[in-house]
Amino acid sequence: MGKVLRTYEEINEKIEKGQVVVVTAEEVIDLVREKGVERVAKEVDVVTTGTFGIMCSSGAFLNIGHTKPRMKIHEAYLNGVMAYAGLAAVDLYIGATQPAKDDPLNKVHPGEFRYGGGHVIEDLVAGRDVLLEAYAYGTDCYPRKKLVTWINLRDLNEAYLFNPRNAYQNYNVAVNLSDKTIYTYLGVLLPRMGNAGYSSAGQLSPLLNDPFYRVIGIGTRIFLGGGIGYVAWQGTQHNPSVERTERGIPKGGAGTLAVIGDLKGMSPRWLRGVSIRGYGCSLALGLGVPIPILDEETLYYCSVSDEEILAPVVDYSHAYPYGTGEVLGYVTYADLRSGTIKIGGKEIPVSPMSSYSKAREVALTLKRWIQEGRFTLTKPVAQLPGVESGVRFKNLVERPVETNVFVGR
Amino acid sequence: MNGNGKKVVLRFPQEVADRPIVCELALRFGLQFNILRASISPHREGIMVMEVIGSREKQEEGLAFLKSRGVLVEPLSQDIRMVEERCYHCGACVGLCPTGALSMEHPSFLVRYDPAKCIACELCVLACPTHAMEALI
Repeated sequence: MGKVLRTYEEINEKIEKGQVVVVTAEEVIDLVREKGVERVAKEVDVVTTGTFGIMCSSGAFLNIGHTKPRMKIHEAYLNGVMAYAGLAAVDLYIGATQPAKDDPLNKVHPGEFRYGGGHVIEDLVAGRDVLLEAYAYGTDCYPRKKLVTWINLRDLNEAYLFNPRNAYQNYNVAVNLSDKTIYTYLGVLLPRMGNAGYSSAGQLSPLLNDPFYRVIGIGTRIFLGGGIGYVAWQGTQHNPSVERTERGIPKGGAGTLAVIGDLKGMSPRWLRGVSIRGYGCSLALGLGVPIPILDEETLYYCSVSDEEILAPVVDYSHAYPYGTGEVLGYVTYADLRSGTIKIGGKEIPVSPMSSYSKAREVALTLKRWIQEGRFTLTKPVAQLPGVESGVRFKNLVERPVETNVFVGR
Repeated sequence: MNGNGKKVVLRFPQEVADRPIVCELALRFGLQFNILRASISPHREGIMVMEVIGSREKQEEGLAFLKSRGVLVEPLSQDIRMVEERCYHCGACVGLCPTGALSMEHPSFLVRYDPAKCIACELCVLACPTHAMEALI
């Protein structure tokens, strides 16, 4: 790190006194263009980032409280969506992408996936009653075998999001080279590159403003779903060792965050169940991370703009599903944001899956919270694995299973 | 797209679904028309989305004629709608919309819907993750 300009303690002191200077990761770009890194680093204490998009690998832990007589739940459904019950007696985990048990899925392609785990979480956060249906095999100390009841977030002992992988640092741009329409998590993709789908807040996105994970780490307090959350760990598939630009920006999906936060403080304005045609259900979520300007380098990284962030264009009809690794080219987020990109001389309209206006609103909301003294910064207790860690995302290497091993269900 | 075109949804009850009615728009009233969608439901009722092109007077006469033959006529703009409170302005629909009826406003990055440009292809209905685009056709 370069010369230390301020510490976490000093920033928090300024927050308490109402003297803190906060700008968003979007606002800081023009400031730096106008005044230069050195001057802005002296003036600005905190830069707020934000993103709002569909974040698979999300879900919530719920403790529903004990029944009388007691029950060790073995199988549970919330509004008809299976929750994982293999934890204890009355702890459940509802995953965002779990479809309702009677969903026709993709039997008639492309399936609608109208209701799933993400919608259950939204219903809970919105304060709506949710139907719990649970079954158990019964034990001496937990004799009850069946339970059907309404539950409501306000009555739960604990209810917190625990998302194993959110806030992807950069991501693919999806196109379709085949002759038929395909339905992907990056949207409906028309044949012969009729359109392109992408999903990142680019210059506003948390990890693109701290590309080497210098300040965002385990224990960082964040904006999550309209409430307060924390970075719990590196996210699954965290992959710091990807190719980077001269500025250090990964040229594809790289770092990720595992995050945690109390559902009771969240709002459906920032947390929404979604249905992705032909793909499945999930959860759209607002997430924002404050970046303390500890030194000039931190600010330099925050001043990255959409023109400087490259995303790989990948064919989702073949290269992606079959994992060939082929990249058709790179485009900048400025190109993407303009509404059309050019691949091989062809102009292609772009369909974003994440909301830039909501990402901006997350960053502005976090900025306001800090200015109003409602949100202070926490110093990470441990760093996320960086480039030097050698951590690299691995694909599964399948091994042949001997014929005498029982396979099946 | 024609400046003096009017987009309508025509519903043909079972009794008239098999009659040659629409061609009369051209034969009797000199109107041009562009069929955007046509289908017959399991109840054997017909539905057709079309743009009727011609003078306003002729359009009115032509559509009145259709009504006199038992066809229900509605303006298209009421049939594809955006439920504002469900939309979080991602823009998944924008790159799919063939006519620019859905567009991303700059610099607000809010999705705007102009029903006048909509041809009811329903690609947005397929693509919207929050069911904010609804087809009532």
